[in-house]
Amino acid sequence: MSRLRRTMLYVPGNNPGMIQDAHIYGADSIMIDLEDSVSLNEKDAARLLVYHALKTLDFGSTEILVRVNPLNTPYGRDDFEAIVRAKPDAIRLPKTETSADVIEADELISEIETKIGLPCGTIKLFAAIESAKGALNAEQIATASSRLIGIAIGAEDFVTDLKTTRSREGIELLTARSFVLFAARAAGIAAVDTVFSNVKDDEGFAGEVKLIKQLGFDGKSIINPRQIEIVHRIYTPTEDDVEKAQHVIEAIEEAEANGSGVISLNGKMIDKPVVERARRVLDLAAAVKI
Amino acid sequence: MFNKAGRKIPSFIDGIGPLVPYREKAANGQYKNTERSKDRQHNPSRDKVMGSIEQVIEAIGLKDGMTISFHHHFRNGDYIVNMVMDVIAKMGIRDLTVAASSLTDIHAPLVKHIQSGVVRRIETSGLRGELAHAYSCGMFDIPVIINSHGGRARAIASGECPIDVAFLGVPSCDPYGNANGYSRGDDAASACGSLGYAKVDAQHAKNVVLITDNLVSYPNVPFGIPESQVDYVVVVDCIGDPKGIVSGATRYTSNPKELLIARHAADVIGASGYFYDGFSMQTGSGGASLATTRFLREKMLAANVKASFALGGITQQIVDLHEEGLIHRLLDVQSFDLRAVESLKNNRFHHQIDAEYYASPDNAGCAAHQLDVVVLSALEIDLEFNVNVITGSDGMIRGASGGHCDTAAGAAVSIIVAPLIRGRMPSILDRVNTIITPGHTVDVLVTDQGIAVNPLRQDLLNNLKSAKLPVVSIEELKERANRVVGHPEPIKWADKVVGVVKYRDGAVIDVIRQVK
Repeated sequence: MSRLRRTMLYVPGNNPGMIQDAHIYGADSIMIDLEDSVSLNEKDAARLLVYHALKTLDFGSTEILVRVNPLNTPYGRDDFEAIVRAKPDAIRLPKTETSADVIEADELISEIETKIGLPCGTIKLFAAIESAKGALNAEQIATASSRLIGIAIGAEDFVTDLKTTRSREGIELLTARSFVLFAARAAGIAAVDTVFSNVKDDEGFAGEVKLIKQLGFDGKSIINPRQIEIVHRIYTPTEDDVEKAQHVIEAIEEAEANGSGVISLNGKMIDKPVVERARRVLDLAAAVKI
Repeated sequence: MFNKAGRKIPSFIDGIGPLVPYREKAANGQYKNTERSKDRQHNPSRDKVMGSIEQVIEAIGLKDGMTISFHHHFRNGDYIVNMVMDVIAKMGIRDLTVAASSLTDIHAPLVKHIQSGVVRRIETSGLRGELAHAYSCGMFDIPVIINSHGGRARAIASGECPIDVAFLGVPSCDPYGNANGYSRGDDAASACGSLGYAKVDAQHAKNVVLITDNLVSYPNVPFGIPESQVDYVVVVDCIGDPKGIVSGATRYTSNPKELLIARHAADVIGASGYFYDGFSMQTGSGGASLATTRFLREKMLAANVKASFALGGITQQIVDLHEEGLIHRLLDVQSFDLRAVESLKNNRFHHQIDAEYYASPDNAGCAAHQLDVVVLSALEIDLEFNVNVITGSDGMIRGASGGHCDTAAGAAVSIIVAPLIRGRMPSILDRVNTIITPGHTVDVLVTDQGIAVNPLRQDLLNNLKSAKLPVVSIEELKERANRVVGHPEPIKWADKVVGVVKYRDGAVIDVIRQVK
């Protein structure tokens, strides 16, 4: 099955202690940030720190992304030059608005990969959509490069762009979340939801995680390790779910052996989408070892 | 023969022996002191109260070379040690041995008393700040002796450490010497809860002086120290700074790494084989060990398991579990926060115990030996599971032995919680800089990046492995840390011994040398 991305933990790129410990909490992905969490006068130091951290530390099987500064800032190009050489799994592009942003990054990475003798396409891309324009272009963005493994929505900039604020219920994000999700699913890549910034509001956080799971997102960006357990708990199928899924698979295997396509189980029709959902539940269960 | 009451009594009974006839004046004092009774009508508070510390010292006849003692229930808010030492210095008494249950930053003035010869040497559980720094830098001729809480109680009770005068600060006291760490009337300005360490001194010192800022009417019951053990009472303006004595509430850590370690530690307890209905526990007051209580609570609720008792330093977290019905009894040698103080006062089964009952290895039985599980912190641990809680990674003294080695030895499962890497330093070394607790009494190490079991405990290893906990060898954990932070350069020690670490039985387990 494809890689789990239930949790993507933000880690400031200027904090050695946090970078060093980022992998111990069990997040599926770690996103080390060189952009908004690093002040202008620390951009160089953070870039060097992250480069050496990636070259030195063993993060185990955790997926590592680095969020670079946009290419239209004085830091973007240097970030790419350094980070591609440190070989994370992917580079995360902030504030993506058009497919051209993705293509520009793709070409720059190709250029650096060639220079250092890395097979072209090794370093993947992850695009964050943080504006109305980006949301409307989500479909083109999601298909702009074969490096692209996922897209995410960044809500803080987005609500500012929309001239509103974030509510606990998140109604203002519904359309953008749907655009991002549709684009990701159409392109066959991952969709990751935005951060929930009040780390003390576990209840509100859990509510939002339930919402985005129900919408269809693969997972959520998080800013504190304490949030990991909550997300994973909500994304973990219950024993009941697993048992039902097993029954579905058993029934369909039996039906296939008998040569019939559509069958029913306990009075409910079992067809292809039901089977697919059951397989996904079992895959997820296997991944989290229940 | 006839006694003074006019009754005929035998002078000898077979099977009992000689009998002493009643006399109006007994050999050991008067039956009734009518003079004092008359006097009490006019001055009910006369009794043992003296005007000043100086008067008491004169009355006792404190001399050069004697041993005096203090307790550390006032922690960093303590005024007693400095107050008494200043008086003694002014009186010109010299060469004293100070046997405190522990010392901390606020006791920095002891440096000048050692330099001027008022204090010859110190025994304590721990020391910090300037005093610790002065020892580690080799400023003094005679090394400090580090005792565990159980070891100190043993030494005092056995006469190995005879105390001439105990100066004990008490938050409430009546004129006759019934004292406690709180006050029934809520008028103790500086409550500290249990007087567990002081109780040993009160029981065994040749002279016992209580110092209070809260003289209450007789009888001050319940008491932690009874009148029968007290010689003098002195009333002063203030015995300590309440802010330094107890915090309002010991908070749970929000540090995600400590929470992760705590969760692992609770998992270890749950899978250890000693998590049964009626088990017993002690947790230290460090961030991770304290937070273990929170995760253990969830396990206790889920498995319907209740603890028979919690021991040692009592915190709000332990009190909450007691009041929730999850821990039946609290045995309190030291109350860490205001909630624990209130609970000691109000909860019937929250019981004040002394340090000998708590952890002395040398009596007919101590509570530490009844423990199933203890969770302890560590500054350093080595490949043989020896633990250091006294010297920092720079070799300087900065901690306390406390009940660490006592409870590790007593508990069926002793769990050490420590981050794999602290700042830039690995917690696991080839050899710890100072041994406080010997490795054969330490069973499990829990870090943020894995759990290691002492090979002596194959039973625990099997239990934890069956529960699929992330168990690896301690060597593997050490390797992981070294891969990130490298190998620390060894501390450069001078030859001079500045500290002697005694194990709980009084034997010397290690020495601390001067840092170059």
